[in-house]
Amino acid sequence: MDLAEELASKQRSISVAEFFEKNKHLLGFDSPTRGIITTIKEAVDNSLDACEEAEILPDIYVGIKKTDKDVFRIIVEDNGPGITPAQVPFVFGKLLYGSRFHQIRQSRGQQGIGISAAVLYAQLTTGIPAVVTSRTGHKNPAYRFELLIKTETNEPEIVKEEEIVWDRMHGTRIEIEFKSSLAAKKRLLDYLRYTSVVNPHARIRADIDGDLHNFERASDEVIIAPKAIAPHPHGIELGLLKRMAALSDKSLKEFLIDGFSRVGDKNADEIIAISGLKQTRKTSGLKIEELKSLLSAMQTVSVPPPPASQCLSPIGEEMIIKGIDKEFELDFVKAKTRKSQVFSGNPFIIEAAIGYGGKLESEGSATLMRFANRVPLLYQQGACAITNAVSQVNWRSYNLSQQGIPTGPVMILVHVASTNVPFTSESKDAVAAIDEIEKEIILVMQDLGRELKNFLSRRDKNKQEEERARAVCSLLPDIAAKVSEIVEKPAPDTAPLEAQIMRKVVAKKQTINGIVEITVSNHTRSPVSVTVYNMSEGSAVDAKPKTDFTDVIGNEYNKLWKADIEPESAWKATYSGTGSGTLDIRGVDEKKLVVVDLDA
Amino acid sequence: MLKKELDEEATKRLKGIAGKWYDQISSATIPYISLPTRTKKNIEYDEKSEVWKYGSRETLRSASSAKGAMHLLKMAHVVGFLKNQIADNRSSTLREMYYISEGWKRAKFSAQDESNMLVEDLEIVTELSREAFHLRPEEDGASVYGSLRIKEQTRRGERIIHCREDVGEAGYPIPSNVDNLEFIDHDAKFVIAMETGGMYARLMENGFDEEYDAILLHLKGQPARSTRRVLKRLNAELGLPVVIFTDGDPWSYRIFASVAYGSIKAAHMSEILATPGAQFIGVQPSDISNYDLPADKLTEGDIAALKAELTDPRFDTEYWRKEINLQLKLGVKSEQQAFASRGLDFVTKEYLPARLSEMGVI
Repeated sequence: MDLAEELASKQRSISVAEFFEKNKHLLGFDSPTRGIITTIKEAVDNSLDACEEAEILPDIYVGIKKTDKDVFRIIVEDNGPGITPAQVPFVFGKLLYGSRFHQIRQSRGQQGIGISAAVLYAQLTTGIPAVVTSRTGHKNPAYRFELLIKTETNEPEIVKEEEIVWDRMHGTRIEIEFKSSLAAKKRLLDYLRYTSVVNPHARIRADIDGDLHNFERASDEVIIAPKAIAPHPHGIELGLLKRMAALSDKSLKEFLIDGFSRVGDKNADEIIAISGLKQTRKTSGLKIEELKSLLSAMQTVSVPPPPASQCLSPIGEEMIIKGIDKEFELDFVKAKTRKSQVFSGNPFIIEAAIGYGGKLESEGSATLMRFANRVPLLYQQGACAITNAVSQVNWRSYNLSQQGIPTGPVMILVHVASTNVPFTSESKDAVAAIDEIEKEIILVMQDLGRELKNFLSRRDKNKQEEERARAVCSLLPDIAAKVSEIVEKPAPDTAPLEAQIMRKVVAKKQTINGIVEITVSNHTRSPVSVTVYNMSEGSAVDAKPKTDFTDVIGNEYNKLWKADIEPESAWKATYSGTGSGTLDIRGVDEKKLVVVDLDA
Repeated sequence: MLKKELDEEATKRLKGIAGKWYDQISSATIPYISLPTRTKKNIEYDEKSEVWKYGSRETLRSASSAKGAMHLLKMAHVVGFLKNQIADNRSSTLREMYYISEGWKRAKFSAQDESNMLVEDLEIVTELSREAFHLRPEEDGASVYGSLRIKEQTRRGERIIHCREDVGEAGYPIPSNVDNLEFIDHDAKFVIAMETGGMYARLMENGFDEEYDAILLHLKGQPARSTRRVLKRLNAELGLPVVIFTDGDPWSYRIFASVAYGSIKAAHMSEILATPGAQFIGVQPSDISNYDLPADKLTEGDIAALKAELTDPRFDTEYWRKEINLQLKLGVKSEQQAFASRGLDFVTKEYLPARLSEMGVI
């Protein structure tokens, strides 16, 4: 036997399961520590996707229990639509099985590897089958499966299948047990928190070996899943074109119009004319050379961009802010959603937010939250186009210091939503450097940078003014004391003056020659609506302006006025009386109010 | 005004300032005081008094800023201090007040300039001189020599002094508070005030005072307030013309201007400090070329000062424009003793008589 024959005898096809068994790192199982995060991430992504499709507000439970030294049982349970018993073994027990792979639309999972890879990892490290419970509705029973994967064939092996009673009406629960550690607990919590930020409609409860965390939902709006679209003529490659053509029984023109998004009558004619093919040709009969010229014609003709509003579902500025607000207490937060753009025929939308202050670390690099299709990217920050784009912005011109990404109490969120997020690897940790995407990120960062700068300079100005006010207020009593000593009178009350300088609402009552005068001066920066209550023996029938309401209580009159007062202006009322009684102001925060009764 | 009346008036006006602030604070108004802006741009010629006074530009000092509040606090302390000083019939110098402020805690002065400015501010607001607040000028007045009999109220009683017969070579030293002086009689036709002691001694030695019935006055450089007030009084009360004899350089012209027109720093006191009728006798820039006087080159500082004078409203006359421009062209300056190059008697026998008759004084 010669060498070639000997080698040939050893050659055989390998199943995808075998391949990934050897290349765990490609799927994010490169270390036991990471395994937990990847598993939870895949399961939670699936749950969120499923809930979205069924238009259900997600309610997700994440459990991690230590069962043995180095062995953890991971549980993810959702209230999603459930999976039919026929499909359960394939979804969890076969790699590359999924419903979304062929669809052109934004979704979290695409390839159908993630969760089955976790099952594979479990059987590799502990041999314990994964347990899946699912129920598709209250009319149907719940099924419980124990699953393994036959690695040689990449087919599910059902260890046990049974109908059980489950208190959930619908949903899916997966339990996987494998060797791991909780060393990356902080990152896991980050993942859950970040997920909750960009999915403010979801409630996630986590029990991490007895440590409970609750990520409440901030919005009761159900997310409508984006619709799949046909491929765009600019974003297609020869292989796909060949397959599509072979499967179609239409004429060339119909094939173009029906099979691709945004191709109309005119575009189709144009493409066909450039390709040099006859428009009556059946696409199934096209030769490879003909397909090549068709492809190049498709990419030459200018076709409107794909319908992003259909196939993409950006989070939206308001929801991003809601999401951030519920998880972080910041002094400032602003979000921006850009208009959709296209790279290689794939529509994408960049959204971003910037936050400042609050409990963020004041030293060190900014917190950078990267997201792709609402999924947090936790690893390989340095290799990511998002990081690169953020670093390319000159943050110094927005009053931030910078070492690559900005430093200080800053939080930056960037979300790339696309029908085809260009990841650098299958573990989906980093976005590849696509010029169109980086450019959009830089633009949105500049936009948000300007907003932050405005906030910072306003804040600095307010701070300065406050310091000035404090300095003045600390000197006023001394001036008043000295002055009263010179004029030999009792020291005047400096409180109203200080209140004015500190920008408060000052209400005063003073009676001179039998005329009671009530003034309310608004020294704040915004208009106020106050209700003035003056209780005294005076009936105030001659009040100017007239009271809005007068009530007799015993031998006293409770007089009430309502007044809207603009900043730096005052409201005044007078009536004849003795000035006895009380003055009370409602409608202004007590911290912003000073009431001075000069008659008291 | 009698001392008692003046004390009462000063006290009343000081209390008036504090009273305003008191009322402002009581009515929740941020206390403030407005003062004329004390710059060259804000002095105007007053036709009635014929002196330069502050114009209508005002600077508001308000407690709305930390700096303003601190200024008002210091001012309040000064007002209080002066009021007490008058009540106790004590007096002090600016320097002493500066040291006294050490006890005012936050309100203490950081430099004497600050207290000086504050006192000037008070003079402006009250329209009274610092002497009315019992603040003594530190510097002595200059000296007078000539046929003038005065009565001085000293701390040890009244003294009657003749400014030639009863004094030595130095003449009669003008006291710091000229309100205590009374002119009894004189036998003079004019007053000649000199910048330098050398020229004062020269005129005395040459008997110029007797020959031309002149009162000699030594300015001692930029004249003290008391010196300027004596000049003003000699002119106003005795009707004597006043001529000013200085070096021929820009700084000396400013000495003349402060005597004749009032100074920028004390424009509020021009009416009592300035002698509007005073005339400049020399050294004129034209004299330098006419008499071929020994001269020094103008320094850069001199040139800048001359140019500044061209924009000074007090020098905005045809005479000064002509003379200053001539000097800039010549590029030189001369001292008043430069006349000695033509002999020790030249200045008293030739120059001054010629100039005085030209000016119509004799």
